[in-house]
Parts: sequence; structure tokens; C-alpha cells
Amino acid sequence: MTVYAEQLSCQELVELVTDYLEGALSEEETVRFESHIGRCDGCQAYLEQIRQTVALSGRLSAGVLSPEAERALLDAFRDWRSS
Amino acid sequence: MSGEAQLIDALRKGDEEAFRELVREYQPSLVRIARIYVPTQAAAEDVAAETWLGVLKGLDRFEGRSSLRTWIFRILTNIAKTRAVRDGRTLPFSAMQEPGRVPEAAVDADRFLDPEHPRWPGHWAVKPEAWPEDALLAAETRERLAEAIEALPATQRAVISLRDIEGWSSEEVRNALDLSETNQRVLLHRARSKVRAALESYLQEDTA
Ligand SMILES: [Zn+2]
Repeated sequence: MTVYAEQLSCQELVELVTDYLEGALSEEETVRFESHIGRCDGCQAYLEQIRQTVALSGRLSAGVLSPEAERALLDAFRDWRSS
Repeated sequence: MSGEAQLIDALRKGDEEAFRELVREYQPSLVRIARIYVPTQAAAEDVAAETWLGVLKGLDRFEGRSSLRTWIFRILTNIAKTRAVRDGRTLPFSAMQEPGRVPEAAVDADRFLDPEHPRWPGHWAVKPEAWPEDALLAAETRERLAEAIEALPATQRAVISLRDIEGWSSEEVRNALDLSETNQRVLLHRARSKVRAALESYLQEDTA
């Protein structure tokens, strides 16, 4: 049986969210984390918001190269090739 | 021959299409990482351009002992650091290596009840509410998200950009930025926490 010696407070839990998502919590810490999430709708909403933030970031365009910059780099490539 | 060896072979033979693909793939990440060291977007683009010249110059000597990606990012950080020193800028290493020394809360303390509260110590005083799906997917929300990332300190911005926008693994980010596992996680945690808070305040002001 796992002993929940100390329950996490919500304020403590929000500091562990990244460790949790990165798989960096110990087995015992993971149990404490998940048991808190299971009975706290505030923290459940918080975790969901972090997940949504990550997912939304993945939909930002990674940034594109301007045609001018690309042309300049290709010119440099041709110079290099012919040298 | 591996895909990477084939690519290098094509580049050495002067295959322009191979170079174009490589540049398109890496340029955004190069500029982001350069931004850690130099103050403006324009300066970061210069550093990236200089990096490509370094890549071309070094291509014949590249022996494939590290991956092409690692090699390219090493050239970039050398150029960016040299430039930062030349311009008399402080390198962000102390902040990179010890981000945990200055504590930062993921959520403002006033969102929680007192840690000495008799019944609910450290419990939410103002709980987060589920975000409305349609507002979350709106183009304006994405703009706010991009602004929040742009407003982060350089090291946090680099980590969240590479991890969450470009989808790198934590190991790749650690190698490119020369970070320990813990520090990579601390920087990611702070970045995500702040960006979440920015989205929350935007989405709430929207529904209020
Ligand atoms: Zn909670």
C-alpha cells in the first residue's frame, strides 16, 4: 500500500507539472500527483491548460525564410561551388 | 549510405536543391538560438547567414563524428558567442547554467489560499476555468501566444521554441544549448507557466 504521507497542495502541484509531463517524477511522486489531480478540478483544469498551451505552440509556424534571404544563401552556395 | 551521408555527399557535389532544403529546415532554429546571444532579429539573421558560410567552408572537413545537426549548431554558437564578446555583451551563461537560483512561481501566490490556511492550505483561491474551445482556436489567440513567447527571457524563449514550436526532444535541446537535464526542464517549466498565464488572462478578459 502506498502511504500518502504528505498530500500535495495545489500551489505545490503547479510547480511539478513540467516534471510530470517530462516523466521526471519518481513513481511515488507520480502517484501523489495523479491522486491530487483526480480529486481537484482546479488542478485538472490547470494541467489541461498547460497541455493546450503546448499543443497550440506546436501550431505556430516555425518561421519561414524570406525569399531574399534564401536567394542570398543560394548565391553564397554557388560562389562556394565555383571556387 | 544513410540519409545524412547522402545529403552531405549531395552538398559536396554542389547540389543546390539539397542546400536549399537544408537551409529551409534549419534556418528558423538557427535564428532562434542566435537570438539568445545577440540583441535583435536582424543580428540573429546575420549570425545564421554567417553560419551557413561556415558550414560550406567546413563541409569538406566534416567527418560525420557528430550528427550534421549538432555540427551546424556548434558552428552557430561559436559565431554567436564571438559576436557577443566583440559587441561587449554579457553571455547568458550564468543564467543558462543556474536558472534555478532565482525562484519564480509558476502561478502568482495570490491565486492560492494561505499555506497556513486551517482547512485548505495552498488550495486554489481562484481556480483556473476550462478555456472555451472556439476562442482557443482563434487566430488572435495564436497571436497572443506568439507575443507571450517573444516576451520571455532569451533562454526560456529558446527552450520553449525548440521544444514546443519545433518539436525537438529534450535531449536535442540540451545538446544544442549545452544545458543540463534539470536546467532544460526548469527553463521549459518557467516558459510554459508564463505563456499559460498570458493565455489565461487573455481568454478570461475575452469571456468576462
Ligand atoms: Zn489542486
